[in-house]
Amino acid sequence: MRVSVLGAGPSGLYLAVLLRKAGHEVSVVERNAPDATFGWGVVFSEETLGALRDADYQTYLEITDSFARWTSIDIRYRDVTLRSGGHTFSAIRRTHLLDILQRRCRELGVALTFHHEVDEFAPDADLVVAADGANSLLRRGFVKEFGSSSAPQGCKYVWFGTDLVLDAFTFVFRQTEHGLFQVHAYPFDEHTSTWIVETTEATWRRAGLDTMSEEESIAFCSALFADDLGTHKLMSNRSVWLDFPLVRNESWHHGNLVLIGDAAHTAHFSIGSGTKLAMEDAIALANSFVRHPSDVEQALVDYELARQPVVERFQQAAGDSAAYFGRVGNYLGLEPIQFAANLLTRSGRISHANLTQRDPHFMRVLDSWFAADAVGAAALPGAVAPPPMFAPLRVGGATVPNRVVRAGDTAPAGAGLVLTGFVAVSDDGRTTPECPVMDDSWAVRQHHRAHEAGALLGVRLGHAGRRGATRATGGVDVPLRDGWPLLSASPLRYTPFSAVPAELSAADMDRVRDDFVAAAGRALSAGVDALELDLADGYLLASFLSPLTNRRTDSYAEPLRYPLSVVDAVRAVWPRLLAVRLTVTDWARGGLTVEQGVEHARAMAGHGVDLVHVRAGHTTATSRPEYRRGYLTTLSDRVRNEAGVPTLVGGYLTTPDEVNTVVAAGRADLCLFEPPPTPLEVPR
Amino acid sequence: MLWVKVGIGLPNTIPGMSGALLVEWARRADAGPFSTIGVLDRLVYDSIEPFAALSAAAAVTTRVDLATMIAIGPLRSPAMLAKQALSVDALSDGRLTLGLAVGARRDDYRAAGVDHRTRGARLSEQLAYLRGELDSSGVGPSRPDIDLLVGGASGAAFARMARYADGYAHGGGPPRAFGSAATRARAAWRDLERPCEPKLWGQGYFAFGDPARGSDYLRDYYAFTGPFAEQIAAGNLTSARAVRDFVRGYEAEGCDELILFPTVAALSDLDTLAEVLS
Repeated sequence: MRVSVLGAGPSGLYLAVLLRKAGHEVSVVERNAPDATFGWGVVFSEETLGALRDADYQTYLEITDSFARWTSIDIRYRDVTLRSGGHTFSAIRRTHLLDILQRRCRELGVALTFHHEVDEFAPDADLVVAADGANSLLRRGFVKEFGSSSAPQGCKYVWFGTDLVLDAFTFVFRQTEHGLFQVHAYPFDEHTSTWIVETTEATWRRAGLDTMSEEESIAFCSALFADDLGTHKLMSNRSVWLDFPLVRNESWHHGNLVLIGDAAHTAHFSIGSGTKLAMEDAIALANSFVRHPSDVEQALVDYELARQPVVERFQQAAGDSAAYFGRVGNYLGLEPIQFAANLLTRSGRISHANLTQRDPHFMRVLDSWFAADAVGAAALPGAVAPPPMFAPLRVGGATVPNRVVRAGDTAPAGAGLVLTGFVAVSDDGRTTPECPVMDDSWAVRQHHRAHEAGALLGVRLGHAGRRGATRATGGVDVPLRDGWPLLSASPLRYTPFSAVPAELSAADMDRVRDDFVAAAGRALSAGVDALELDLADGYLLASFLSPLTNRRTDSYAEPLRYPLSVVDAVRAVWPRLLAVRLTVTDWARGGLTVEQGVEHARAMAGHGVDLVHVRAGHTTATSRPEYRRGYLTTLSDRVRNEAGVPTLVGGYLTTPDEVNTVVAAGRADLCLFEPPPTPLEVPR
Repeated sequence: MLWVKVGIGLPNTIPGMSGALLVEWARRADAGPFSTIGVLDRLVYDSIEPFAALSAAAAVTTRVDLATMIAIGPLRSPAMLAKQALSVDALSDGRLTLGLAVGARRDDYRAAGVDHRTRGARLSEQLAYLRGELDSSGVGPSRPDIDLLVGGASGAAFARMARYADGYAHGGGPPRAFGSAATRARAAWRDLERPCEPKLWGQGYFAFGDPARGSDYLRDYYAFTGPFAEQIAAGNLTSARAVRDFVRGYEAEGCDELILFPTVAALSDLDTLAEVLS
């Protein structure tokens, strides 16, 4: 087979090595000089090294012989440096890696052509490989066929080198008058480290970096990190401020043209996986020709099937990581050890359990800090503590025994807080005819059940609004044939078959508010420990909060006015823990944004709400949630750290490790725990 | 012993298949180790309409359950869809599970004269109708609630599933892809505060006697997906080992019912699959 590769970066050269070894005729064409390169060092993970060893032992040896290796991550935050160990990193100077691969190519008889004008690249080959990077010229010829997209992701960043030789992957967080700057730095040989500076576009503009020359910008960064650099200096290599391009392609091949590496996909630099993914692409593509030596189409399909799911997971993690660095300025209130835990778990790839395995000492300190902090004490040296999910939570005058919340009729065993399902404040506020209405004897029974399990009892009080009068079984929001009249902020039906609710009148508002207060009184006398007012999921109080459902023209067009009046009235008679279940974004066009949702949470806290149960979507029946494990965690993180209010979050958290990770990192204070049934627990 | 139930597809979308073969296929499926007979739905293709195919199957079977996997709901009016489903359910004495989704082909919508842009909203409306209005509509035969599955990959589809259906119908792929969809289905189910768990249905393709012909059929059937047709064809299960691995993989991901669809309309393939599974 004749193979023509465009682009002599790591993926193109490595593929050339592997295919040449398999006996194919391979040529590589590159527009730049053999020693031209962008950036400094590249990082590999342990897992990748195994693949490199199996694919070509000779280059594996040469690459690993020149590696810088280290096992620690340093986090410089406020005036301390926290070191987390047990990680495995190795890095190599990019030009050196290319040099090794070029030599191997020549030795094997790959035709290498540099300084070639790529506009004229029209090879006569059985396989054409686009290894020409994130801005791939070959890909741009078939944007529609590949389903290509490219959009900026994350912050502004600039890639420097430095003669400061680090001994750990180093994050530096430096607050300035303009905003926060952070550094991602790591060593890659005995003399040099990569030093990437990153900041939000707003901070970048405030600092005037948008108008600075390359020299001015390097001087700015040198001064900013003078304490860290000491006598060492930052070095430029066409180091200009960039936007990271997120490249995706629905399909990675078209005819005999195939995309690999950055041409096919990029993953934000903050998870350090770009070169790793590129070289793994090369291995997978070469391997697919072992399976299908004479069928290019089949081989390329094989390659896609092998690589696309892997890359998708990395892109998800990289997206989460990039977003974290975009909002890291919100976390400056976190204590250093918690800040570090939040940083280390940012991409969702590393959990509390992973970190415990990697660095048990670090995690002992984190867990004992967390446990001590939970009761307002200082952690003592050498202290041990149970994992964070078992730390108590002091909130709103109550002490919740642990961080696990169970809701509805699920087994309460082990939970710190048991939350009832929706309980109506009045008959006309019920969701279905089966929906409980707040009454004393019912609450006493619930209370007994929760306390027997060692948990506090929280009652979720609400008025169903336009989602009322529906069937109890066979789906939700299916209207009863002869339901009761509905109320909402505005007369808009919830589903096409729902009844049109009446707009709440002044008298309705007073009555519903009184119903909430009366229900709170009954809960108090029944010994209920916590109240959760339902301001979520499109129910009555939530209908005021969203522009999609509040079309009023009176003074209650102001979204918070009526809901807060209910919160105030309940707060006046309810001395215990008061929570609200709050929609913080509608996940619908024209609906409530996260920024507005955070403002609402802040307002609730200002009116004496102790805890926000973070919810999203269902303001309208056509909202578009993006379900995955922990899909509400980032929203909770934003509410907790931007509005400064304790949070409870669900979003399909099913393992103790997820709960530990969420609470240890300060993304929520309590977690709704929803494990799926398992055959290990056979129903009695 | 597997606890995932395994069903078999009718060859109703394999071009050139005869009525006699379809009926014999159903008969043998009823006698075999299969839990359910499934059908696919496609308008602009040489295929048998899914409810017609299931009616034929209902007439010659007594044991096996029947399912659309899926029917493209919005191509039919809510009342017409209900009529077809209720009829098959009545003919089969309550053995129907109705899987619905918006489908993936624009030309089906064009041919049916239905707006493609509002397909999601139309499907939601149909589901609301099937769950509610239908009761009082006079459209019969009157049946107890038919089990509903909803398919689709968007967040809106999962929310729709959890709002109206009894479970989720996955569109096919390796066990890992099913597992990731199953997680989303369970998350949606809890998000809508449904009790218990959603039923999770998966599907795959097989051919034993003439795998190349089967893969050609898949390339043709899925030609509208462009490059993905090749990926789907590469997933055709062509050996006993591949089928067993696939079934075990789906089981490990929590699949309740897995329907294996033929890619060649050969009764010998059905017999081989029955042997592999028993």
